[in-house]
Amino acid sequence: MATIEVDGQSLEVEDGKMLIEATDAAGIYIPRFCYHEKLSVAANCRMCLVEVEKAPKPLPACATPVMDGMVVKTSSELAREAQKGTMEFLLINHPLDCPVCDQGGECPLQDQALGYGKDNSRYNETKRVSPNPDIGPLISTEMTRCIHCTRCVRFGEEVGGVMEMGAPGRGETTRIGTFLSRSIDSEVSGNMIDLCPVGALTSKPYRFSARSWELQNFDSISPHDCVGTNILVQTLRDEVERVLPIENEEINECWLADRDRYSYEAVNSEARLTKPMIKDGGVWKEVDWQVALKHAVAGIKTVIESSSADDIGGLAVASSTLEEFYLLQKLMRGMGSNNIDHRLQQSDFSDDDIAPLFPGLEGSIANLNNVKAALLIGANLRKEQPLFSVRLRQATIKNQAKVSAITVMDYAQNYDFHENTVVSPDDMVSALVSLAAAVSAKVGVSLPVELGEIGSTVANEATADALIEAKEEGVVLVGAIAQQHPAASNLKAISQWIAEQTGAKLGILPPANGAAGWLAGCLPHRSNNGDRTPTGMHAGDMLRQGMRAYILLGTEPELDAINSNQALRAMHNAEFVVQMSAFKSDAVMAYADVLLPMTPFTESAGTYINCEGRMQRSNVAATPKGEARPAWKILRVLGNFLELDGFNQVTTDDVLAEINTDNLVANNRLAQWRLAPVSIAQKDGLPRVMDMPMYRGEATLRHANALQLTADNPGAQARVHGSTVEQLSLQGTQMVSVVNGAGKVDLPLVIDNSVPENCVYIPAGHNASIQLGAHGRVTLTAAGEQS
Amino acid sequence: MSIDFKQLYKTFSLQELRKGLGVTGKRFFNKKITVMYPEEKTPKSPRFRGLHALRRYPNGEERCIACKLCEAVCPALAITIDSEEREDGQRRTTRYDIDLFKCIYCGFCEEACPVDSIVLTDIHEFHMESNGERLIDKKGLLELGDKYEEDIAEARRQDAPYR
Repeated sequence: MATIEVDGQSLEVEDGKMLIEATDAAGIYIPRFCYHEKLSVAANCRMCLVEVEKAPKPLPACATPVMDGMVVKTSSELAREAQKGTMEFLLINHPLDCPVCDQGGECPLQDQALGYGKDNSRYNETKRVSPNPDIGPLISTEMTRCIHCTRCVRFGEEVGGVMEMGAPGRGETTRIGTFLSRSIDSEVSGNMIDLCPVGALTSKPYRFSARSWELQNFDSISPHDCVGTNILVQTLRDEVERVLPIENEEINECWLADRDRYSYEAVNSEARLTKPMIKDGGVWKEVDWQVALKHAVAGIKTVIESSSADDIGGLAVASSTLEEFYLLQKLMRGMGSNNIDHRLQQSDFSDDDIAPLFPGLEGSIANLNNVKAALLIGANLRKEQPLFSVRLRQATIKNQAKVSAITVMDYAQNYDFHENTVVSPDDMVSALVSLAAAVSAKVGVSLPVELGEIGSTVANEATADALIEAKEEGVVLVGAIAQQHPAASNLKAISQWIAEQTGAKLGILPPANGAAGWLAGCLPHRSNNGDRTPTGMHAGDMLRQGMRAYILLGTEPELDAINSNQALRAMHNAEFVVQMSAFKSDAVMAYADVLLPMTPFTESAGTYINCEGRMQRSNVAATPKGEARPAWKILRVLGNFLELDGFNQVTTDDVLAEINTDNLVANNRLAQWRLAPVSIAQKDGLPRVMDMPMYRGEATLRHANALQLTADNPGAQARVHGSTVEQLSLQGTQMVSVVNGAGKVDLPLVIDNSVPENCVYIPAGHNASIQLGAHGRVTLTAAGEQS
Repeated sequence: MSIDFKQLYKTFSLQELRKGLGVTGKRFFNKKITVMYPEEKTPKSPRFRGLHALRRYPNGEERCIACKLCEAVCPALAITIDSEEREDGQRRTTRYDIDLFKCIYCGFCEEACPVDSIVLTDIHEFHMESNGERLIDKKGLLELGDKYEEDIAEARRQDAPYR
């Protein structure tokens, strides 16, 4: 500890801390532009110059380590002069365009110019002007305003993990920009906007639409992943204008993924469903709520009367709130049906009976920064939970954590892998078994017999070594690709065995608010808090076998479900489909019978449970558009119309009070360890590698225009390894016909060596690939040829 | 009860009446100062704060850049602005409404404007016939600006030394 004196105040500071950290902790203000607590020290803006006794010149507080007995004056005449001088230099080239600048009103340069700037300029020479490159659909640039603090550069280098921005040139010719003319494609790029202390980088969708001082703030929670990011929804005259992060060191630090930042665009989209609609004799017409609800209830009752409630299925999107999940299952169970599910992206449900209360992350999110080893199983973590990836990157930098992966595609993460095992989807289980074998050999535990039977295929000794060495400081993360896999239950079981033998924590990262879906009992076999119920049909069966009627909560199954083809067929074959949705779509209009307008996440209150089991509540930020209503209210009134008991809640608090949320500690261990019988039918063709692209997983994201234009959303393509293209003699082919048992589609062919050889990557969630359904084998031929 | 003879004398000698008529008589022959409005009008200061207008640059481009400072400074919350990025990339308003009933004609909006776009003209003779007319929109304000640009510019020129 060092004792320093700042402005006459005595401070006890840890050795090695920088002066600015000490003053920030003590609440003493020092102006700054380039310093940011989450970034490395650059000391290039010189705004934080302070006077230190016995030092010949003013010193930058951000780069001066504290020393015992240091006497610092932050606003002495010398310090003020230095700060004012720096400000004058910064303002030489900064344009005076605050009135048209989006940063105006929330600009550190503007604020500090008020305190440290002169009222007029002494500079009469030519000013520097920089061109404004187009760096993609999310960030707009105005580089003349740049003051070269390099926060964006350091963010990309240190936090984002992709050095997309750089500062080529020296002195007067320094320019911040992308090295080559290209876009910023990082999935956390929006944070550069928050970091930029001037208006050089601003949000493109928000551009010129509002001023910071006229926005109203509402605390909310992002529904798009299991992180539970704290967001600030800002509205102007009841219209959502932008979303910013709220600092929460335990969850999102001060960052926000682009998905959470820009998904609000969907809320203002033209495709919003704002009036209840019913299909009357094949024609859609807008009606009022009473008529629509009566129509919906009549349709449901017809099905119940002519057969039974077992012919009705309830499907919810994974980003629904806890209350919505709960009321949907209460409604379905009240009618007498246990066919309820929110796991549209899952294809293997065989471990439902032994599954934990809810899938989650053992240990805390913050713990990801401190792990020594991590194993990603079927996880494209960077695109699935971008902020977890940011944390793992910190672990690799600060802890030299060894991150390994076993996946179906060579997904680039924002750190280097210790060992990256890329296998065909068919070999996922055996690849994991080989790791288990390596672990068993090294730890000296015998491999379960079932695993020995599967046999191992690859060598992943290094992964085993890293995990064993890390012990409880290791983490095994099972991602979305593994959970969507046809042998997901085995992947989870083997992951658990590996985690148990190595002592690592196990994380099964649910999609969106999936943890709440499990806890609320939006499942065929369990109701709230894991209470057993007679087992109904799960999402896979509901779509495969087809139900007579469906109640859809915020989901468009033909795009949300992993088996899109089956889902679309099931919807079309159903007699009666009630859809609660915030958006209209032609595909839905073709099969639905009643459309009930529900509100997206900004317009309804609700509870989200993140993967650690942390319960967080979001607030209403804007009044529902048109006649849209929060889904929990719609479900409640549907319950009343169906004359079911227990649908008299007045607020979300009333609903929450009914839900048992006592067991919120994530524990992924299976009740009984077992493997499902493995049978991969070897058919002709190439195995299809698939995942749900990060901006296609739910209707809200699909309607967020800017996100749809990013590089993370290239559209439906068939991606094939270069050598496989040669093998199939498809060189030079633009479009290929992809055929499997389910259908045939023509897709653009892209050579991509991150796909394993003899596999085809075709993403889910795109209209163009609906016909193909789910995993399995496909054959490729050049489009237009007769096959 | 006593009789106030002084008051009695005043009453019967018509002293008050004569005093009053004296003033009338004196004014009758003085120089007249009545302005015969609306045929005649008093001169107005170039700083007169009357009806609002939005100005344009001489090349026809509207001055307003949607910085919303006038909206922020308006003490009566009479101004409502919506903005967007125009096709050529400039920051422009899509809506600029002034509620003339709310407006207190303080002139803060004009003072806040960095581009001399919103101004208070010297027009004080205006009326409305229906309720909705109290809102002047962007089109109306620009039309006013176009129509009275010369007067507006002249008033600003006269006041320039004091600004």
